[in-house]
Amino acid sequence: MRFDFLNNKNNDKDEIKEESGAPLVKFEDIYKIYQMGDTAVHALDGISLEINRGEFVAIVGQSGSGKSTCMNIMGCLDTPTSGTYLLNGRDISAYKDDELAEVRNKMLGFIFQQYNLIPKLTVEENVALPLLYAGLGDRERRERAMESLRRVGLEDKAKNKPAQLSGGQQQRASIARALAGNPSVILADEPTGALDSRTGREVMEFLQKLNEEGNTIVLITHDNSIAARAKRIVRITDGKIVYDGPVEGDKIVASRMSAGG
Amino acid sequence: MGIGKCITMAFSSIMNNKGRSFLTMLGIIIGVAAVIALMSMMNGLTNMITSTFEDMGTEMISVSITARGQTRQITPEEMEDLVDDNPTVLRAVTPRITVGGTVKNGSESVTSSATGVSSEYSDIINLDLAVGRFISYMDVEQNNNVCVIGSYIARELFGTIECLDSDLKINGTKFRVVGVIEESADSEAGSDDDCIYIPYTIAITMSRSNIVNNYTISAVSEETLDQAMAVIKRFCYENLGNEDYYNVISMRELIDMMQDMLGTMEVALVVIAGISLLVAGIGIMNIMLVTVTERTREIGIRKSLGAKKRHIMQQFVIEAGTISSVGGIFGIILGGAMSTLFGKLVEIDSAPSPGAIALAFGVSLSIGLLFGFLPANKAAKLNPIDALRYE
Repeated sequence: MRFDFLNNKNNDKDEIKEESGAPLVKFEDIYKIYQMGDTAVHALDGISLEINRGEFVAIVGQSGSGKSTCMNIMGCLDTPTSGTYLLNGRDISAYKDDELAEVRNKMLGFIFQQYNLIPKLTVEENVALPLLYAGLGDRERRERAMESLRRVGLEDKAKNKPAQLSGGQQQRASIARALAGNPSVILADEPTGALDSRTGREVMEFLQKLNEEGNTIVLITHDNSIAARAKRIVRITDGKIVYDGPVEGDKIVASRMSAGG
Repeated sequence: MGIGKCITMAFSSIMNNKGRSFLTMLGIIIGVAAVIALMSMMNGLTNMITSTFEDMGTEMISVSITARGQTRQITPEEMEDLVDDNPTVLRAVTPRITVGGTVKNGSESVTSSATGVSSEYSDIINLDLAVGRFISYMDVEQNNNVCVIGSYIARELFGTIECLDSDLKINGTKFRVVGVIEESADSEAGSDDDCIYIPYTIAITMSRSNIVNNYTISAVSEETLDQAMAVIKRFCYENLGNEDYYNVISMRELIDMMQDMLGTMEVALVVIAGISLLVAGIGIMNIMLVTVTERTREIGIRKSLGAKKRHIMQQFVIEAGTISSVGGIFGIILGGAMSTLFGKLVEIDSAPSPGAIALAFGVSLSIGLLFGFLPANKAAKLNPIDALRYE
């Protein structure tokens, strides 16, 4: 029995994905201020940033630097206190919860440090979840999930539960899930944080490969050596961007900072 | 996201937590079983009582005169004239005089009561005789000391129903048995088989009151019952002059009154049983709140992947609805078994009606949906960042 009227079939909103001349991600003077008792904590203190299609950007910073807040806002999980966020040329700073959910579903693919696979669902069902919320039918979901799993080399694990997979395999499954919805931006939050260095390297190589295929990737990490795998580095300290440029230039800033710190 | 998918997910979630799901369902199971069993039993009981009364003849009308000590009475002869004058609506009449006392055959004795009636009585209440005959017109006219007894009396006093022409004594007066009534209620004390009929003329003498206060009249048919009632009421009013001095009631009215009463009782019992369904609903709400807390991270993941509020709502409301309707189905089976067993024991048909089953299922489903709403709403409103970070 199908209840199509319950399905989310807002295909007209897919136009949000249509390529415009505008940068894919554009932060204009973004502030995020938390009120802790009497003091206002500026998690993001006036950040402006542009990311174009096909870029591989690493947002680097120590814990508490504001990089997570930056990623939450970029990932439409949170809204800025002030400032404008243009995603593919659209101002989404004033979007409501459900509209943000729609944007996440269509535009963004998340890769988390803890993989965040749902334990009771099979790998395939996990990968198909974003497609379910996009309102795709059973067959198309399954086909696209399997295709996505093939890209990460996990098609033989489709019917397994996440717990039966190794850490690296789970992270690959979560990458497959991020890819399934064919997002405009892949947001990877410390994707290697829970993996040993060899598996971590494999995951990074895979992300690089995805970038070479034309995907836009934003990597959030505290680890300079991981960040060095990206093409561009945005370094955040105390809610401010202290460096934005190619990897080579960041090394000087990073060494100066660690010397200073 | 389709409802089918949600139901599949709900079932797998129930199966993942079998013990907890069963305990949650238990409230619904007990509540629904109680409602189903009570409704079916009351239904069976009402049908049984109604058909018993209907077997006696729905065209029966009972007249009781309450004007004690008044000079005006209605004599059996006047009543017979009334019936004779209205042959299109009234068929027959019998006086009814009850004389309580001890019935003896030598050293065997039982406490019972004898009813003085006319020869019409056996036709009016559809009596069937096992042996012998009923009291005749001549018995009444000639004050013959004859009696017709029920099978209980026959067995108690004579050990058999083959006791024609035997003698027995009612309060010391000697009677000859001329007929025994067909057994209808296992020959138990106080049942329909515990009865003695004697000519009303003798009963008048034995009761030492010389007046007849009760009559049973049969109407020609149920269709003309209202006209028959009107004729009798007018006659009583003309003779007694006050509406408070007599009471005319038909078997149909009696059955209706009784059905009303049983119906009210059923509603009261079902409402009481229904309270347990309310408690069960609160149990479901409680467990769903726990489930939402346990699955906060899952909700966060789903939201980050693009689940909207209504997707999360739908998932949890349907899960609650599934738990309660599965409980409802078990409850219906249990309640059905209970009432069928009860029906077997007391020999009535008390299988649950389709209406009762539909009602019970509907109620249990709506309880799940209703009490699942609050937890589902809590889940839907979770902030995705906090939910993702939840350990």
